[in-house]
Amino acid sequence: MTNPKQTISVLVNNQPGVLQRVAGLFGRRGYNIESITVGESEEHGLSRMVIETTGDHNTLEQIQKQLYKLIDVIKVIDLGSQAMVGRELALIKVNAEPTTRPEIIGIVETFRAAIVDISPTTLIVQVVGDSDKIDAMVELFRPYGIRELTRTGVTAMVRGMSVGK
Amino acid sequence: MSIQERAVMSKEEIRSKLLQPDVISGSEILLRSLLLEGTECIFGYPGGAVLNIYDAMYSFANIRHILTRHEQGAIHAADGYARSTGKVGVCLATSGPGATNVVTGIATAYMDSVPLVVITGNVATSFIGTDAFQEADITGITMPITKHNYLVRNVEDLPRVIKEAFMIASTGRKGPVLIDIPKDVSAHKIAFHYPDSVHVRGYQPTVKPNNLQVQKMIQAIKEAERPVILSGGGVVYADAQNELMEFVEKTQIPITTTLLGLSGFPSSHPLWMGMPGMHGTYSANMALQNCDLLIGIGARFDDRVTMKLSGFAPKAKIVHIDVDPAEIGKNVKTAIPCVGDVKMVLKQANETAQPAKSKAWIEEIARNKQEFPLRFKDSDDELKPQYVIDMISETTKGDAIVTTDVGQHQMWVAQFYKFTKPRSMITSGGLGTMGFGFPSAIGVQVAHPDRLVISVNGDGGMQMCSQELAICAIHNIPVKIVVINNQVLGMVRQWQEIIYDNRYSFIDLAGSPDFVKLAEAYGVKGLRATNKEEAQKVWKEALEFNGPVLIDFQVRKDENVFPMVTAGSAIHEMILGDDE
Ligand SMILES: Cc1ncc(C[n+]2csc(CCOP(=O)(O)OP(=O)(O)O)c2C)c(N)n1
Repeated sequence: MTNPKQTISVLVNNQPGVLQRVAGLFGRRGYNIESITVGESEEHGLSRMVIETTGDHNTLEQIQKQLYKLIDVIKVIDLGSQAMVGRELALIKVNAEPTTRPEIIGIVETFRAAIVDISPTTLIVQVVGDSDKIDAMVELFRPYGIRELTRTGVTAMVRGMSVGK
Repeated sequence: MSIQERAVMSKEEIRSKLLQPDVISGSEILLRSLLLEGTECIFGYPGGAVLNIYDAMYSFANIRHILTRHEQGAIHAADGYARSTGKVGVCLATSGPGATNVVTGIATAYMDSVPLVVITGNVATSFIGTDAFQEADITGITMPITKHNYLVRNVEDLPRVIKEAFMIASTGRKGPVLIDIPKDVSAHKIAFHYPDSVHVRGYQPTVKPNNLQVQKMIQAIKEAERPVILSGGGVVYADAQNELMEFVEKTQIPITTTLLGLSGFPSSHPLWMGMPGMHGTYSANMALQNCDLLIGIGARFDDRVTMKLSGFAPKAKIVHIDVDPAEIGKNVKTAIPCVGDVKMVLKQANETAQPAKSKAWIEEIARNKQEFPLRFKDSDDELKPQYVIDMISETTKGDAIVTTDVGQHQMWVAQFYKFTKPRSMITSGGLGTMGFGFPSAIGVQVAHPDRLVISVNGDGGMQMCSQELAICAIHNIPVKIVVINNQVLGMVRQWQEIIYDNRYSFIDLAGSPDFVKLAEAYGVKGLRATNKEEAQKVWKEALEFNGPVLIDFQVRKDENVFPMVTAGSAIHEMILGDDE
């Protein structure tokens, strides 16, 4: 049985080493990190991390409690337990010869993605969406030849008025 | 401030003098802040990166510093100081090798939730990250083994950081905090200002229990017929021994204490069953196996206690009282969690606690205690290690503070020393650190100059920190240093005998020094016993001697610790041993 994917949001002090503390905790306790995004939050001096991990309910609870033991962690929210918006951005450098270019542009338009760079034989496509959408797009591009792929990992927040704090 | 000056000053006068907003260096800020936090003694070792601090100490007569002979000795001493008093222990080491030498001690304290503030020097901030001479990323190294740590890059942050460090180390689930101070920071001067209090936004330990959970526990107790209390180090650290006693008496629940929980409950009490687990008593292990209600109090269900988890306490509803919410449900499925300060939870519980229906159960346990007591086959021609521990216990009436190293002798102390007072068993439980036993006793004795302090070591572990004999001699620290000398790495030998079919691989300690001569070389009195008669005689002599003394008890090599539950077995599957 594969463990379900979980998404948690962690509000942390923007201190040197804080990413190391959080990532180190996951590493040494054997929790998986599927993706991690970090950036400023709405409050000066605090950053927000969104971490995708896998694990059952018990594991998720342990992860949350262990995170709270880090002094630099202010708040942990299990986003997956609530209605959330989760988005990821990918840049895909795909082979695009003159003959295949129109087809590729067709896919880009269908996915409401954007072409952000053009060279004689390649395009860089930027796509934003949930991870399934990006997975789908990557699959469609594969036959043309993907030169390079980079994904940001999911960033997310709870829908509605509540604030992750 | 000179020593003379200090002697005539009141506490408040000293305080206000320390608090004066003089322009002083980071080093003096550190020393003043330590005094303001109540530090009595620093265990340390100098080096380049902390020379500013040592220079400040030169003219700072009012803080005691003990120069050990190895940084590991210093940190274990600070640890012993902290465990035996409940106060924060302080240790100081230089950058690089000094800092890495305290890593084992930090991990030891972390595993057993001991409050320490560890100060390390580092290279100047402009050199950090350049692989400078004696540079080590000690904050990176110790992240997984500290409750929190700091690299102080600005001297302005230093007073707040020290205040926070003491607060974090000594509250909630206690633990070591490291402060790394680069050399330029310890030199920079600013006007001193020490905060009255600090607020750390991400740190709010739950201490006040939820009454609803406490009442659920009370209800479960009333219904229980075969209840057991498993009490651990958390009871000792919370100074909750009186509350625990009241709880046990009111609820009539038999109790077993973990290795770190020993001394948290008097061993003379009829409801006490001894230690559980790998080398636990028959009665304690059977009680855990058959109980219908298990109340863990400040104990973390370590694998040396539970043994095979899937077979642990199979019929029990589990209540878990702990200050650390992350311990709840970590190892065992918990029906009733009670998060909070152990002392407060027990106080609250005692208000309404009622007896369990445990009469028949108590009788059953009493029968087990009588039928399967801890025992060993004594001998008149050979000196048995258990005999020595038994003798030490008898002659001191359980009144001493005992530190142990790690191995068979540690288990025999746990089994045969009858503890009566809290904080009198000082041992490395979680990390199982050899080399801890002797130096930790130095810290204990410094904190308790008038108590009898006994350090029990194996002949292996004794050689891991024996250099600190010098400290005992120089400062006349009167620890009774016991070496249970079986000429082998006993606990390893036992495993190799029982689990590896007598394939003894590298356990022979031939070539160890003559421990009596070793002690004497440092100026410590040395005594030796090879049989029971000599043992009685030299032990009496040691107790009467006013100063540090090492006693080399040469005991039988092949003795094993029983009962024993081997790894992978359930807790009731005990090997009771070949004795009797
Ligand atoms: C630093 C360290 N290294 C290795 C071990 C593994 N170990 C556990 S007990 C033991 C044997 C200890 O022998 P000794 O000090 O003679 O004590 P005894 O078991 O004979 O009482 C060893 C090697 C340990 N606990 N700590």
